[in-house]
Amino acid sequence: MAWRDDWRRVRTIAWKDLTTERRSKAGFNGVVALGVTILVLFGFALGPDAQAIRAAAAGALWLAVLFAGVLAFNRSYQVELETGALEQLLLYPGSRWTIFSGKLLANLTFVGLMLVIVVLVGIVLFQVRVPAAWPSLVGVLALGAVGLVALGTFYAAMASRSRAREVLLPLLLFPMLVPVLLAAMEASKALLGGDLMHEAGAWMKMLCAYDVIFLMATHLAFEQVIEA
Amino acid sequence: MTDPAAIRDLPRPNNRRWSWFGVFALLFLAGAQAFALLTSPPDRDMGDLQKIWYVHVPSAWMSLLAPGAVLVFSLRYLWKRREGDDLLAASAAEVGAVFSGLTLVLGMLWGRPAWGVWWVWDARLTSMLVLFLILVGYLSLRAFVEDPERRAQWSAAVGILGAINAPIVYMSVKWWRTLHQVQSSPSTMDPAYVLGVRLNAFAFLFVMIYFIRRRYEAACLERAAEHAAEAVALGGR
Repeated sequence: MAWRDDWRRVRTIAWKDLTTERRSKAGFNGVVALGVTILVLFGFALGPDAQAIRAAAAGALWLAVLFAGVLAFNRSYQVELETGALEQLLLYPGSRWTIFSGKLLANLTFVGLMLVIVVLVGIVLFQVRVPAAWPSLVGVLALGAVGLVALGTFYAAMASRSRAREVLLPLLLFPMLVPVLLAAMEASKALLGGDLMHEAGAWMKMLCAYDVIFLMATHLAFEQVIEA
Repeated sequence: MTDPAAIRDLPRPNNRRWSWFGVFALLFLAGAQAFALLTSPPDRDMGDLQKIWYVHVPSAWMSLLAPGAVLVFSLRYLWKRREGDDLLAASAAEVGAVFSGLTLVLGMLWGRPAWGVWWVWDARLTSMLVLFLILVGYLSLRAFVEDPERRAQWSAAVGILGAINAPIVYMSVKWWRTLHQVQSSPSTMDPAYVLGVRLNAFAFLFVMIYFIRRRYEAACLERAAEHAAEAVALGGR
């Protein structure tokens, strides 16, 4: 059955990426360290007054994850580019979108783990009071991460193979992520503040819609991007 | 791809009719501006400051058309693989970036006297800024990729995704603004101004079409030069 083959390809690629990362670990540790460092710098920028820091916690957290995540996205193609493995990967038969899905899952795991660590550090540094509705907050983090990783993995397929990869990826990615960032930041902010106006639900619906639209669009467009 | 047939297949635009169109567009613009500036009364609150709308609003509307054009040409490129469509998409993006930048600057020139500040995080101004950045990202991608076929294919994908995102950006920023109540720019226009703005919108449309056409011609020449350089480098004629 075709979908079973496709799923196996997706799993294989995801496993390959995660294994490469697990063996070296330098990448993951570096990205987490960067995320934490950025949080600290935000603390300097916004603090030390506890009120100000607590109010800005959601925004600072998502920006730290964004900036650290950008490193992860370019890296996810780098290993294959350096060894010429990407051409070999493309020689195997099968749909191209499975490559994208595999990388997406690997990056999601990677960024998800980083997100958890950065959030925990952020709760401490920014003196955040964990709300009763923390499962919803986890939902927001997950939905936001999916949107972030989908577009990041997609644009990195191009940026990592162009001349100015460090500049090009943020330049392409950040404007496209405005809806995700807004929705995730506002929903997080609302939930951390007790969500008195019940806004978080609406933002979460927008995040869902965005994720669905762009998961489809990136999967469809990936073939154009990887073959070129 | 250096054989004569490939060079023959490059788009070769015909210029004569377009020069006349350009003259028409510029004359129409001059006429529309004159009509609007001379016949419209000063606004009750803003006075003559209102007159900047005759360039600001049409500019904004044109910058909203540009991503639509990029979307259409990019889709057509992916469907038919004609280089001309890729060059048209790129021209539309560049002209769109110019118009959105112009909209922002004109908005700021209006905003300073009207609101007292150069910038507010108003929904329309902010999403126009994000649109400008999306178009700049598209143009940067093209600048950093040298292989023409790769450049065309990547631009098409990025252009399509960017165009799809533009309305989503607007909705999310608008939502964000309504949650944090601050003044917004006037959305309904007094009927006295509508004709002037509409006339100028058409004028700007003609000018934009002319700009895209000229940019497209320049892009075709650049492309032909690239082909020639390739042919020389590979030892051809």
